[in-house]
Parts: sequence; C-alpha cells; structure tokens
Amino acid sequence: MNKNQLVSRLLQMLIVLIGISFITFLLTYLSPGDPARNIYTHAGVMPTSEMIEEMRVKLGLNKPFFTQYVDWVLGCLQGNFGESFMLNKPVAELLMDRLWPTLKLTLASTVLMLLFSVPLGVLSAVNHNKPIDYIVRAVTFFGVSIPNYWLGLMLILIFCVKMGLLPVVSSAGDFESLILPAVTLAVAMTAKYTRQVRTAVLEELHSDYVIGARARGVSENQILWRNVLPNSLLPLITMLGLSVGSLLGGTSVVEIIFSYPGLGNLAVAAIMSADYFLVQGYVLWVSVIYMMINLIVDISYNYVDPRMRLRR
Amino acid sequence: MDAATRKKFLSNRGFVLFSVLAIIIILIAVFAPVLSGGIDPTAGDLRDAIMQPDGTHLCGTDKMGRDIYSRVLYGARISLVSTFILVALVFVIGTALGVVSGYFGGWVDAVIMRIADMMIAFPGLVLAIAVAGMLGASMRNAIIAIALVTWPKYARMARSLVLKIRHTDFVYAAIVTGSSTWRMLWKYMLPNTITTLVITAATDIGGMMMELSALSFLGFGAQPPTPEWGAMLNEGRDFMQSAPWMMIYPGFAIFITVVVFNMLGDNLRDILDPREE
Repeated sequence: MNKNQLVSRLLQMLIVLIGISFITFLLTYLSPGDPARNIYTHAGVMPTSEMIEEMRVKLGLNKPFFTQYVDWVLGCLQGNFGESFMLNKPVAELLMDRLWPTLKLTLASTVLMLLFSVPLGVLSAVNHNKPIDYIVRAVTFFGVSIPNYWLGLMLILIFCVKMGLLPVVSSAGDFESLILPAVTLAVAMTAKYTRQVRTAVLEELHSDYVIGARARGVSENQILWRNVLPNSLLPLITMLGLSVGSLLGGTSVVEIIFSYPGLGNLAVAAIMSADYFLVQGYVLWVSVIYMMINLIVDISYNYVDPRMRLRR
Repeated sequence: MDAATRKKFLSNRGFVLFSVLAIIIILIAVFAPVLSGGIDPTAGDLRDAIMQPDGTHLCGTDKMGRDIYSRVLYGARISLVSTFILVALVFVIGTALGVVSGYFGGWVDAVIMRIADMMIAFPGLVLAIAVAGMLGASMRNAIIAIALVTWPKYARMARSLVLKIRHTDFVYAAIVTGSSTWRMLWKYMLPNTITTLVITAATDIGGMMMELSALSFLGFGAQPPTPEWGAMLNEGRDFMQSAPWMMIYPGFAIFITVVVFNMLGDNLRDILDPREE
C-alpha cells in the first residue's frame, strides 16, 4: 500500500463512517413509538404530555431530523455519546469500562484458536486423504455446526454443575472465569480456521515450485517449513483481522450465558430497555474498532509480506 | 435435468444421504401434529411442570408443564420455515441488486455498493441484534434484521459474476441486435450468476438457522410460548441444575438440523463447483 492507496483507502473509510453513523442514528427511529415516551414507560412511569414535551426538548427531539443527526455526530466526535437513562451514566464511560473485558475474551479465544487450528490444519493437509485427515475434517465439521449458545450451556452443565471445577458465573473477571467463555468462542473459530489452513497448505503443496523443489531433491521438511508454511499462512492474517473484529461484536451470546461483564452483555441489556444512546454508542464503537483493526491489518500486510513491498 | 446431471447427483453418496436426512427433518416438521401424538406444544398444565423424561413425556416438561418432545417437533416447523424465508429473501434481494449494479454500472453501481459497504462494516451480528431489538422482539423482525446485514454478501458476489461477462463480445452483440434491457438481465446476466449463488445459499442455510435461533435465544426473536429452539434454550437456562433436559433436547435439535443442512450444502458445492476438487 503506497501513499496514494492509503489516502484513497482513508477517504473510502470516511464515507463508510458517515454511512455507519447515519444508520446507527436511524436505530432510534426503528423503535415503535416516541423515544421520549418510551424512556418514561421503560422506567415504569406514566408520563403526562408536559413531561414528554420536556424530555423531547432535553433530548433535542423537537429539532428537525437532520439537525438532530448533526448534533449527535458532533457530540460523538467530542467524546460525548449522550447519557444512558438505564444506568444514569455517560455512555462513553460505560463502554470504556466494558471494553477491556471483551477485548480480553476476544484475545484469549483467538490465541486458543491459533494454538489448535494451525497445527491441526497443517497435519491434516500433510496427511491428505489419510485417516488423520478424515478425523480432523469430521471434528471440524461438527465444530462449525454446533451453536455456541448450546455449547456454552453444556460446558457449564458438565464443568460447573456436575463436576464443580469452575465457577458458573464469570463476573469476577479472573483467569478461571475466562476459561469457559473463551473455549466456547474458540471452538467454532478453530473449526473454521483448521479448514482454512488445511485448504491453504494443500493448495501450496500442489503448486509448481513445490514439485520443482521435490524434483531437485530438497527435503520434504525443508519445503514445508521454509516455503509452504510462510506462503500459505500469510493470507490468514487478513482473516484473523476480520475475525477479531467480528468477535468483538459476536461475544454477546457467550457473555450472556456466562454473565460475563463485557460489551455484549451491556448491549443486550441496553436494547432490552430501549436505552437509545447506549445502543447507538455501542454499535458505533464496535463498528469503528472493527474498521480500525481491518485498516491496521491491511497496512501491516506490507511489512509481513515482502511481495507486497516489491509491487510498489 | 438430463441423465448425466442426474447421475452426477445420485452418484454422490454424501449428497444422497444428507438429502434423505434433510427430507426426514422436513417430514418431521410437516407431520409434527401426528408424531407428537396430538399433544399441543403451547398448552401446559402447571401441575405437570418440570417433569423428568418418562413414558408420557418422552423429553420431560418445561416450567409451564408443556411437553418438550412435542415442542421440539413443532420447533422444526418454526426453524425451517423462518430460515427458508430468510434465505429466499436474502437470495432474491442480494442477487437482484448485485445484477443490476454490475450491469448498469455508473452511479447505480456506486450507490448500491456503497450501501453494501456500510452494512458490511458492522461486525458480526451487532447491527442485526440492535435492529431486531429496536423493532421489537418477533420472528418477523429477526428475519428482517438478519436479511438487512446479509444481502450485501450476495449482492457483491452477483455483481462480480456479472462484471466478468459484462464487457464480452457476445453481450455487446446481444445488445446491438436489439435485446431489451430486461431480456439482457433475465436471459444473460442472471443465469450466469445463479449456480454460484445457489451454492452459497445452500451452504448458508445452517448458519442462518443458527443466527435466527441465537436472536431468539437472546430474546429478540420468537417469544414464548412459541416452540422455537433458541427460545426454548433460553427458558431452559434457568433450570440447568434441576431440569437439564429442558436445554439438552432443543439444543440437540438445532445441532442435528444444522449439521444435516451444512453437509447437504457442502456436498451440493462439490457437485456443482468442480473448482473445489
């Protein structure tokens, strides 16, 4: 990626960002009924029309739609995402508190996934169409098809309820409470990546230069470690970026099951009580982080893959 | 379908096996009233609440005394119907927008593709959860929410397939000889995209089924007493210690159904797409 590409990429990102902010802002208007009235009814108060009018003014709902949107975006740019009426705290502060636990969970499950998927994928590819390949393929197949909400519940049933090895509720935030949620998230990912690694390595093993190297008598080990692995594992970096990003948004279910104090758990509670600003803040945050990760991955690609540098 | 194609399908053992299994699941859904022995999945007697699996209640009962066996069978109806609606919706909208985008190019393409970029920029189910929750919890809204975030995948694919042939001689020849725009789209562009998109849709069925159930599990999809597997799991969660059967059976039903449809999709891809060999 040279300077021009970077600039055009950033411009594209800006357009998408504007779109994202607009869609996020529209979320408030999806909810049936008047947001101002909903705030009261969710708090269990029957509002009078004066109270609703007052709240509308307070939230700026009396202004034209476009002004509201611009006000909201300007606020977000200054770090002011509004206040959660469910918890009576600034949205930015709430999200900040929950970001680290979710990040920790995401990283833990990604590390677990890499520890298992790369060796299994390589093993499977090297032993193409042998028993070990079939076993790995069958296991990964079930791994992809098992719903993580069910898997999580079964893990709790086995390890917490029946065997009493681990705490049922993961709210403590210590290492023990991280194990089951991370494993639950890692299973489906590991299965997916094992297949990807396998396909990538297989493809590389059948390429001409490998056949050439074999013909010249280069040892099989040398081919695998020096040529095949670096070439086939590089593209995985892009996938990894995408996965880490979507994990940030995909932890809700697992966080709920394990009562894990992360972003997803907070978001579901916010949606349940139609806490508009919190929902908007969450969606915007996660999407922006996701975009940033993808950008970083793309840029880092330059440094990892020498071929990209030559292309300049 | 000619004899050679038929032979290709029938000689793939995996495809035949999983087609049969998928048909069995569909038959279970269709004949749920018969198979459940006439037990109403939504009617419960509180005196029968949380009973262990036995002769009368094959899979036990839930906290409202509803029969879980019957609920799991009827759950197949909800899951299959809503998933098929979702896949059909995404397939039609995505393909139509993608084909139009690729064929016309210019500002039409720019607008559709920028909107697609935006929908894809939301990671995972974040937007779907927010939309489903904000619209109000129901299966219909869950379908809308997932469709909203999934169509860009199909649109991008259809667009790239159309672009591959858009500027070839035979397409220009067809335009010059006076084929109407509608005919161009329908007879030349669409058929060129359909195989790849059907394969994608078939392999996506299992995943979409899981996503729909996940929304119900979170409380943003089907609502109790509807016998939906994800919603049943959510209800069973609170009774994990005293009544594990409440979550074991519905979860197992999702798992089996997803495995069968994923396998079917994979085998279909192997048959239709020789590149995967």
